[in-house]
Parts: sequence; C-alpha cells; structure tokens
Amino acid sequence: MKLFRFHGGVHPNDHKRLTASKPISLLPIPQRLYLPLQQHIGAPAEPVVNIGETVLKGQLLAHSQGHISAPVHAPTSGTILDIGPLTAPHPSGLPIRTVTLESDGTDQWTPALEEAIRDPLILDPEEISNRVGTAGIVGMGGATFPSAVKLKLSLKRKIHTLIINGGECEPYLTCDDRLMQERPAQIADGIRIILHAVQAERAIIAIENNKPAAIVAMKATCAHLADTQVIVVPAQYPMGSEKHLIQTLLGQEVPAGGLGADIGVLVHNVGTAYAVHRTIRYHIPLISRIVTVSGDAIRNPQNVEVPIGTPLSDVIQHCGGFKTTPARLLMGGPMMGNMINNLNIPVVKGTSGIVALTSQALTQQLPKPCIRCGRCVDSCPCGLVPLEMAAHIRKDNLEKAAELGLVDCVACGCCSYSCPAHIPLVQYFNYAKGALFNRQQTKHRSEETRKLIEQRKSRLAKEEEAKKLAALKRKAEKDAQKKSLKSQADEEVTS
Amino acid sequence: MNIAMLPTVSGPHTHSTASVSSIMGNVILALLPATAFGVYLFGWPAFNLLIITLLTSVVGEAICLRIMHKPIWPFLGDGSAVVTGWLVALTLPPWAPWWIAVIGGLFAIVIGKQLFGGIGQNPFNPAMLARVMLLIAFPLEMTIWVNPHPLFSPNSPTFIEGLYITFWGVENIEAISSASLLGHLKTQLILGHTVPEILAASNYSPLDSLIGFTNGSFVETSGLLLLLGGLYLLARKIITWHIPFSMLATVILLATIFNEYNPDRYVNALFHVLNGGALLAAFFIATDLVTSPATSLGKIIFGIGCGAIEYIIRTWGSFPEGVGFAVLLMNALTPLIDHYLRPRIYGRTWSGQPLEDEK
Amino acid sequence: MMNLSAVAAMTLLGLSLGLLLGYAARFFKVETNPIVEEIELLLPGTQCGQCGYPGCAAAAVAIANGDAPVTACPPGGRDLAKELAAKLNLVIDLSGVVEKAPTLARVNEQLCIGCARCPKVCPTDAIIGASKQLHAVIRDACTGCGQCVAICPTESLQLYPIETTLRTWQWPKPLIAH
Repeated sequence: MKLFRFHGGVHPNDHKRLTASKPISLLPIPQRLYLPLQQHIGAPAEPVVNIGETVLKGQLLAHSQGHISAPVHAPTSGTILDIGPLTAPHPSGLPIRTVTLESDGTDQWTPALEEAIRDPLILDPEEISNRVGTAGIVGMGGATFPSAVKLKLSLKRKIHTLIINGGECEPYLTCDDRLMQERPAQIADGIRIILHAVQAERAIIAIENNKPAAIVAMKATCAHLADTQVIVVPAQYPMGSEKHLIQTLLGQEVPAGGLGADIGVLVHNVGTAYAVHRTIRYHIPLISRIVTVSGDAIRNPQNVEVPIGTPLSDVIQHCGGFKTTPARLLMGGPMMGNMINNLNIPVVKGTSGIVALTSQALTQQLPKPCIRCGRCVDSCPCGLVPLEMAAHIRKDNLEKAAELGLVDCVACGCCSYSCPAHIPLVQYFNYAKGALFNRQQTKHRSEETRKLIEQRKSRLAKEEEAKKLAALKRKAEKDAQKKSLKSQADEEVTS
Repeated sequence: MNIAMLPTVSGPHTHSTASVSSIMGNVILALLPATAFGVYLFGWPAFNLLIITLLTSVVGEAICLRIMHKPIWPFLGDGSAVVTGWLVALTLPPWAPWWIAVIGGLFAIVIGKQLFGGIGQNPFNPAMLARVMLLIAFPLEMTIWVNPHPLFSPNSPTFIEGLYITFWGVENIEAISSASLLGHLKTQLILGHTVPEILAASNYSPLDSLIGFTNGSFVETSGLLLLLGGLYLLARKIITWHIPFSMLATVILLATIFNEYNPDRYVNALFHVLNGGALLAAFFIATDLVTSPATSLGKIIFGIGCGAIEYIIRTWGSFPEGVGFAVLLMNALTPLIDHYLRPRIYGRTWSGQPLEDEK
Repeated sequence: MMNLSAVAAMTLLGLSLGLLLGYAARFFKVETNPIVEEIELLLPGTQCGQCGYPGCAAAAVAIANGDAPVTACPPGGRDLAKELAAKLNLVIDLSGVVEKAPTLARVNEQLCIGCARCPKVCPTDAIIGASKQLHAVIRDACTGCGQCVAICPTESLQLYPIETTLRTWQWPKPLIAH
C-alpha cells in the first residue's frame, strides 16, 4: 500500500528498548483501590453503591450520566470504604469524587457475568455498541473518549475503513507493543467485532516500524483475514495522532473541526480492540489495563497489567521502586503525558504509562528569547506558526493567536521539543486555550446577566404599572362612591 | 519512596539536544576553515582584526546587558555575539585599521542588535548593518583590498609588523593592493572595455577564485571553504537548503540569461557565484535565523529576493558589491513575507476554511 | 522653459497627491460611534454601584467623558479595563489593577431570618425566598455584585470566591525569566 507523508513531526529517542522485550507481568490485587468517577471525557459517573456495601469483581459501581459518559466497575471484590473527593490524576492536583474500595482478597467475580457469547457476529451492531458502553470502555490510547459513542456515531455515518492504531509514537511507552506481541489473536478478534459493529468494509492495523516483533505477530495472526491488513508506518512522532495516522494511510485530511467519520474513517487503539474482545466474548468490563512503567529512574522497567484504581506507589513498588529519586514523574509518555506530584493517585482507564525521569533524561533548560529559527514551524504537524502564536499570547493578545489557528493545535509538543530556546510553547497554547474558553464563558454569563436584568426591569415596570392601575381604579371607585353618597344626600335634601 | 513537589509544567517533558549555543557553536565551526584560510592568506593583520572585532562585540554585548539589567552570562554564553562579531570581521578588508574593527563590532552589537531588544529582536542582520554602515561612512578604508601575503612566505609581515599594520597603518598600502575583481570589472566596463578583455587582462581564473588566491575581504575569497562550511551547516540541520539554494539559483539564472544575451557586457554566472561575498552571504548571512522568514516558502522568496537584488546592484548599481544591501533590503521585507506566507493548516484550505467533507 | 515644466510638474504632483489624500480620507473614513452606548454595553450592567456612580449608564457617561478611569469597574476587572482602554484609545498601566477573584453570594442558613429584603435588591433576581422562609442564591444567576450583602441585617449573606474545580481549572501562563 502506498503511504503518504504528513508535514513536520519529530524523531525523539524512543527509549522503548527498556521494556519492549519484557513480558507483561501481572500486578497482585492491591489492598485498596481508588476509582475516580470521571476517568473519561464527558459527564462524571453517578455512584450506585453506598459506603459499607460489599461488592463483587466486575460489579457496577457508578453508572454513566448523559450521552457522553462511561460507567465504573469494581476491579476486585471487597467493601466500599468511602465515596468522596481525592486527588485526581490530573496536572492541577485538584480533588475528584472517588470511590475507595478495600479488597477482601478473594477476587470473586460477580455471578451475573458468566454467560459467554459464542458468535458476536450474529448480534445486532447496535447491541455491540451498547455492550461496549455498559462495560465502560473508553479510548485506551489516552484520549479516554467513550468508545460506544464513537461506534454508534460511526454506524450512522457509514464508515468504509477502520484503522487500528498501533502507532504508539510516544517515547518509553510499549504497552500496545507488548499487547500486540502477546495477545494478537484477541486483538484480531476485537477488530472483527468492531468491524461488525460499524459495518465497515476493511480494517487496517497501522504499526510503527520500530516494533518488529509486534508486526510479525500481528501479520501472522491476520494472514488469513481478507479484510484486515497490517501496514507498517514510519516511526515519526506524532504518528499515533488520529488525524496524522489517517493522513499517512489514506492521504486525506480530516476537515478542521471535524471527525474521522467525516471522511469515512474510524480510528481505535489496539488496547480498545482488546478491551472490546474481552467485553463481548467474556462479559469482562474495563477493570484493568496494561501500563508501561519505565524511565531511567525505575529499577525494573516493564509492562504491568494493573487493576484500574491501583495507586501509583503500588505499581512502582512492583517494578522494584525508584533507582534514584526522579526529577519528574509522568502519567503517560514524555511528549503528551502529564506531570504528577503525588504517588497516591490511582491508575485510571487512560493511564498508558508511568514514566519516572531523572534530570539527565529531561534535558531541559531555562527558556531563552526566541531566535526565530523556524524549527517549530518546520516541526508542526498541523501547519501552524507556533513562534508567532506564542509571541502574541505572551503579550496576552489571545484573539490574534486564535486567528493564527490556536484551535487547530493538537498539543502534540513537537514545537516545544524542537525549540532551541526551550520556550514552553505548548504551555502557552494550553494557557491561551483555557483563557479564551474562560473569556467566552464570562461573555456568555454577562449576556445572561443582562437578560436577567432586563427581565427584572420589565417585571418591576409591570408591577409599577399594575400598582398605578390599581390606585387609579381605587380612586375611581372612591369617587364613584362619593358621588353616589353625594347624590343620595342631594336627593335627601331635595326630598 | 517519595518525589519532590514541583510546580506543574506542561509537556513535553523531553527535549531535542538543540540549543541556541549549540547552533551558534556550529556556525562558528563552519566558519573556521574559511577563516583559517583567510588568516593564512593575509597574515597577522587579519588575525588581529578578527580578535579585535570579537572582543569589542563581546564587551559591547556585556555592557548592554548590564545596562538593561539582564543576566549577563546566560546571554553571552549563547555565543550569538561571537558569531556577529566574527561575521563582521570576515567582511572587512583584511588589513583594515583597528578602529574600523572596533566601530564595526560595536555598531553591530549595540545599534544592530541590543537597541532593538537583544537576541531575536533585531530586524536587520547586525553584521551586514555594520558592514554597510562602514562602507558608506569610510569608503576609502573599506575598499583597500590588499594582495595576498600568505603566512610564512617571504613578503608576509611578522607578528610584530602585523600589530604595527593594524594599529598604525602601513605606508603606501595602495602599492600592495588592487581593486577587487568586481570593482575592477565595474570600472573597466564603464571605460568601455568588454568583459572577456577585462578578465583576460586581470589574469582571472575561476580556479583561483574557487580556492581563494585573490584579493578580497577576509574570507570571501575562498569559495570552496565557504561552500564546505555551508554544507556542514546543512548537514547538521542548522540551516535549511531553501535560502542558499534559491539565492544562488537566482544569481546563476539572471547571470546566465544576461551573459547569453550579451557576453561582452555581462559576466557569466560562475564569476558571480565565486566572487564577492555571494557564497558567504548565501550560507552564513542571508540564513541568519533571526532576520530571515520562518517558513519554507518564505525562505525561498527571501532567497530569490536576495539573489535578484544582489545581481541588480552588482550589474547596474554604483557599488561593485551588492550582497550587504540585498540582505538588508530583504530583511526589511521579512515580517511582510512571514505575514503573508503562512503554511497551510491541517484540515483547512489555504484561506483558512475547513476542507470540504468527502461525502 | 525649464522652470515652467518644473512648476507644471510640481503642480500636477501636488494636485494628484491632494486628490489621492482626499479620496483616501473619504474611503477610509471611520464612522464615529455613540461611545457612551458602546461603553454601557461593555459594562456588566448589574447596576451594583461599586464604582461610585448610580448604575452602569451613569458610569458609562463618566468613563466616556474621562471623569472616571477605565479601571473604575471592580467586577469587570482587568479584562474590562483593557477593553475600555482599547475602545477609548487609551494607553493604561494595568500593573496596579488587582484582579478581584470572582465571587458568589451564599446564604448562611443558620443566620438567615427570612426578612425578604435581599430578593428585592438583587439586580438579577438571583435570590429566591419569601418572607419568613429561608432564602437561597441561584448560583448561575448571581454576579457577585454584593448588593444583598450590604442589605442583609444578620450578615447571613456573604461573598465567597468561586472555587476552582477540575472542570474550571486552566493551565497557568508560563513564567518567563527574560
């Protein structure tokens, strides 16, 4: 198949050798699990259990609310200790409503989930989406968008190609790589199910050429499938970005502000395909995931299958703890992952990696003035001019930055990565996006306020009017009364 | 097991090895061969000139930073003042007096760079600004092109003599100098000679120009070594191919067209590329990161502009050499080019509208 | 002859340039806007009176006349001051303007006596509650103007800063040394 190129991109050292050849290990069930009620994009889930209740593995803890949401299930059996705010796995370090579950050590499955489906392909496509939704599956690549929403939309919009994203372009991360090496048959089965769920003609599994073992495994598994093709794509960051993967494979761009479905393409991560397989075949909700624990500060870097909700400290302990105190601890990869300051926060559905870096690996310097070298322009895969946007944002000229295409920025970090002056361009853009959003909110609010004030004014005016009318009426009545009294008196006088 | 509490910063949490100082260091490395050859060809006075310019640039930068209450070491350490000073020195006549170097270095740094706000803020290439200022203010000193006096040859000045030449001047320097080839060509053309006649009379050989055994400013003589340095910068991805290629291609194209049209009046392309500062400018000056456009398309337009203006000034202007003016004029256009030639945004048309859906 | 042609050339030049300028003045003419109205539209419109003028309309007149500074509106804060300055073509130093964190009024249920005074003064009808009933503030309609705080006899109504939550948190602007 002919491949296409996208503009820009960078080639950071991938550091994948630290973990790519080690098998996935299984984390023993930790004593306590912390399950945030929002581990996805959309509305938070609403708890259906109470404090003190005992739950079984796979039992529903919180159901989804609204159209875009995802439920949360118990990763093991035990007792609900608490439902309340705890530090979120988020760069802000703010609290989030979290269910605390104490394991009883028996890891007993809930009995309702034992029937297995022989042939999912006789199920109604809609039914598959529904089951994916009730299993709480979200995009496993890190975007955490509820998968069922994507599937349903795709069925409606007529998809011709399903792309399975095995790009995994983030440095250090190898969880998708290991999954493809160890469980290719399950992934292939998940792909067949998704193909059926969206009624697409063909599937393409795209794998970066720095994962030879995964390519061999997936090719061997898919060799007999006529509608599924394994395509090797060049290792180039951000190949794993949905938009850029589509461009590389099909030579088409997703229209600005649109979705892959606009051009008939659906992209799912290999981890999502695996989760769909587990749910549809065995009724297992999304209660665990594979996490890459890596970085030069980790003693035994490896991939670990972790129950959702496990505190980071347990996972790191399992990997031998820290070799040295890390200068920075990241959730996700070093390009788009977030900095974390707390080891008690849990692994959530979107945690693809825990990366602990020493200051040598960070290779960061203090920012210097821009020398206009244009490397950010050359490396931007979205065709933006980061240096100009950042200059405007620095002067708080956010509208100008928006005009230059701030909304089209995917925050991939290529510009910051390649900037010789070490300017934190991505943070400028994140800041501006947030500030513009707030400004819009404020504007909307003040418009609403104005409306309220107008309503109040007209209400007061009406009340005033009514009062006046009432007063006039009373006066008229009084006058009439007086008149009638007077006329009576007159009559009396005359008579 | 513990980690430090740090202020939250946004990703990416890894970085390429590129830094401002590594860029500047590579530029200096690329200039070294041509500079060494220049020192060899013109002897100790040229070396003195280089040192004086570098010193004044660095000291000038430090004083400015001090006055503006900016941290001195981080900015001096980025090496940009050294590069600017170096480039100023390389465009001076090799036996120019010391004060030319001092004025040039100070002008480039203080007026050309720091007055605009320091690194990254200057609209014009500081080195070219200094050179053009010197050329206009001191036309005599700036056009004495001494003949080669290779080091260790009998007529080369000793170190002490070199100091004397730099600080007190040399008697009757005209006797050991001649006009640059470009200047000679220009004056002889005005006198009514044809190009082949003039070149034959001045023993012009392209090979000498390529290797550098001609008179001229400090390093503009050795085309080969400049080309080598330029290719090194390209290989290290310090510069991109756009500006050097489009600039040289424009000069070659224009020169070839006019040379074909009238070989008696217009000299050929090879002469244009190898003489004067064409190669130095194409690889080291027009490519100045700060003052050239940031986008690829912009760089190509910029290069074409530099090449065209250079050819026009050389051929029809009153100065024999037009590279400095060409670069400065195009520098002035850089903001405009950057404004109008933005890349196309992913998923949008050139005018910024979202692409049409397929269905 | 030489003189004559020079005079003619200069006259022609002057005439054509004059025409050009005249045309440009007409072509690029900017309509002067009723500035007071525009300023009033920018102001929050809560008539809170924190600026010292009776209502936003009076404040708009004062700002347009230059009697009040563009920083006069505390609820509008820095952003409003900037917009006003841009509108009036003023250059202002905003370093002194302290951004007041946005606040909301909240009823302390222990202290509320149900006097029903606050719903009457609230400019956005954000307080509900009848006489002898516990009053409550509708968060979405409250602008934090503080009118109710001033009139509350028991100090039950107070302004509280709006808490940042995961939904409202945004990345801070990078700190730059240079």
